[in-house]
Amino acid sequence: MPQNIEIIHARFRVAHPGFTLDVDLQLPGRGVSALFGASGSGKTTCLRAIAGLEHAPGGYLSVNGEVWQDDSRGLFVPTHQRPLGYVFQEASLFPHLTIRRNLEYGMRRVPKSARPENSKIASLQHVVELLGIAPLLERMPHKLSGGEKQRVAIARALAASPRILLMDEPLAALDLKRKNEILPYLERLHDELEIPLIYVSHAPDEVARLADHLVVLEQGRALASGALGETLARLDLPIRLGEDAGVVLEGEIAELDAEWHLARVAFTGGNLWVRDNKLPIGQHVRVRILARDISIALGTHLDSSILNVLPATVEQLADDTHPALSLVRLNAGGVALIARITRRSAAKLGLHPGQKVWAQIKAVALVG
Amino acid sequence: MHQRKFIFSLLIFFTGLASADEVQVAVAANFAAPMQVIAAAFEQDTGHKAQLAFGSSGKFYAQIKNGAPFQVLLSADDKIPTQLEREGLAVPGTHFTYAIGQLALWSAQKNVVDGKGEILQAGHFTHLAIANPKLAPYGAAAIEVLKNLGLLSALQTKFVQGENIAQTHQFIASGNAELGFVALSQVMKDGKLRGGSAWVVPGNLHAPIRQDAVILTSGKGNPAAAALMNFLKSAKAKGIIRAYGYDF
Amino acid sequence: MVTISDPALSAIWLTLRLATVTTLLLFIIGTPIAWWLARTRSWLKAPVGALVALPLVLPPTVIGFYLLVAMGPQGPIGQFTQALGLGVLPFTFWGLVVGSVLYSMPFVVQPLQNAFDAIGERPLEVAATLRAGPWDTFFTVVLPLARPGLITAGILGFAHTVGEFGVVLMIGGNIPGKTRVVSVQIYDHVEALEYAQAHWLAAGMLVFSFVVLLLLYVFNPNGRRK
Repeated sequence: MPQNIEIIHARFRVAHPGFTLDVDLQLPGRGVSALFGASGSGKTTCLRAIAGLEHAPGGYLSVNGEVWQDDSRGLFVPTHQRPLGYVFQEASLFPHLTIRRNLEYGMRRVPKSARPENSKIASLQHVVELLGIAPLLERMPHKLSGGEKQRVAIARALAASPRILLMDEPLAALDLKRKNEILPYLERLHDELEIPLIYVSHAPDEVARLADHLVVLEQGRALASGALGETLARLDLPIRLGEDAGVVLEGEIAELDAEWHLARVAFTGGNLWVRDNKLPIGQHVRVRILARDISIALGTHLDSSILNVLPATVEQLADDTHPALSLVRLNAGGVALIARITRRSAAKLGLHPGQKVWAQIKAVALVG
Repeated sequence: MHQRKFIFSLLIFFTGLASADEVQVAVAANFAAPMQVIAAAFEQDTGHKAQLAFGSSGKFYAQIKNGAPFQVLLSADDKIPTQLEREGLAVPGTHFTYAIGQLALWSAQKNVVDGKGEILQAGHFTHLAIANPKLAPYGAAAIEVLKNLGLLSALQTKFVQGENIAQTHQFIASGNAELGFVALSQVMKDGKLRGGSAWVVPGNLHAPIRQDAVILTSGKGNPAAAALMNFLKSAKAKGIIRAYGYDF
Repeated sequence: MVTISDPALSAIWLTLRLATVTTLLLFIIGTPIAWWLARTRSWLKAPVGALVALPLVLPPTVIGFYLLVAMGPQGPIGQFTQALGLGVLPFTFWGLVVGSVLYSMPFVVQPLQNAFDAIGERPLEVAATLRAGPWDTFFTVVLPLARPGLITAGILGFAHTVGEFGVVLMIGGNIPGKTRVVSVQIYDHVEALEYAQAHWLAAGMLVFSFVVLLLLYVFNPNGRRK
């Protein structure tokens, strides 16, 4: 689980005609940090600056206590001397090398002192296994599908024993099928990786599934930066992952109801029933709850069709974009939820901070 | 239809070149300088115009054999006009010697070549430029001179060959060859050496370099061609020719 | 029946030696130039590119003439080579090499530049993120990816040097075994009306050039890069 120790510190100021990037980010040294934003928001530029592929003058960057860029001291470590892994949007495998040679390319260039204790072969085997590319090793890149190529690109980045992994929309060039083929591997990475991963994306579902920490970029500025759950539950700045505001909760499968094909997800704030997706008990999962799918009641209604009802406390009320609607932040056993209701309903129920209510959850999406 | 039109315009084009008051002259490279002066005088005196092309006589021969539209050839030797006559490519009886070339051993620097050509014996130089003896009469004459001086085998390794006498001159003028055999006409103007140092090779060291002119079959009946031949024999032309270091 | 004479053999041998040395030198000199041209954003790119391409449009005699003057004892190159104790270059094999390198430069630099251009930025960035330094990247990524361009450049540079005539004529001095290459030999034969000997060499040259270009088109067809 991510510990929010801020170990990556990145401060960049880039000014091109028609584009500026002005960020000062503290990112956790473990887990997945998503840089989320529309195209042109500066997220890729930011990632490239972290990699040193772009030199943002006057910038500062330290990763796990190592300073890679500090222009006030004239320090700029060139990319090839930074122990990082980078996955581009297009797999960009070397077309003249077999998959094995592609994987070994970075691995061979890791200085001896920086190699992990287990032998070279073991680490190669590990990433090959992790990304399920063993059958591809002796092939040439042009024989691979887009999804396979991208898995190899990820493995290649990992094989070079990076201390930080950077991914620039690795799924954006793939169709839905390929995307779904890779996402499980990325989730495995998320669970197994001990190094921080910075993940650039404009796709809400990827962020919801993968991110622990969320940075929202807009026009070159960081609008928000914080743990995923907290950031999504902010009312001053409702982050719209997709068409609507909502939160993501983490929990695990606690019970299966074979008769009704349901699974119970236990999380800090209680339990939620979701459709059984054949996940085993104990499986770590994420669920996404959109604000529009939560309604608020003052009492429980056993005659309702709604399956998931959680006790909660009103924390904050705020106007939504439309004058008829308001957003309500609820605290359900320490976990933040957002509900969208009409202002009239809010007035009718007399909602105010500290009030005990019931959150009726119409739909819960299992996102990973 | 189109093809016939095209051929017709080609005909007009070529016959146009052969108009009565114009003559196409192929001139040996060594005679370029005096011929330009002569052509100007010729035009002034007769009203005819001489179009000059300069090059090596061997190349002109090949071109004439293959239908080049020259009407008069001023060759650097007497062999080519004779041969053209024999092959029916020249008008019989028009062939005469317009100049006798003089060979000079020349250096672009002063005080390199002495008045007697003794530097050849001393041999203190790296390159001796000559015109390709296979192609240029001045080159053949230079070989003859060296043979007669008994220096051929000693100096052969120092030869650099110009394709023609003009290129040979360039090798020496640029200083890349310290000295070499050129046509006196190339280094002389108005009876004086233009620069550097030279030894005018005595005529008895080689067979005379007769430069012959001939009217070619395509120039038959062109009054300008006949007029040019006459003009070359005039005192005026001979004065110009002599001033450029030729003999008669 | 005309047999290929010793002078012809010596001219062929000299020509092959000249073309080989020239091609090797062109790779050494042309690769950095092509790389720079493909990568730079400097304003010098256009002038340097134009300079390299000059031999494509200049008559060889112009190049030959200027080389003759420049490499002569009074010329800047001549002064330099003399200061180095090398003497002057015209009428020597190495003089021809210098001339050929300049003359065939665009035939090597341009295919290389195109190949480098076609590689783009991405593979270099990928290599950098995989800890390959610039030289490492150049040899392990750029050169292998530019292979079709390298082959084209080598073949064109070699063949163009073999076919060179004007420059050699101007600075060579037609010395048997030293500067009399095949093309000059052919020219001499033609000039001397020795058409039979000329035909042997000329036909050989024609066949050679055709085979070289054929190889180029068969093994390196355009637009088949993956």
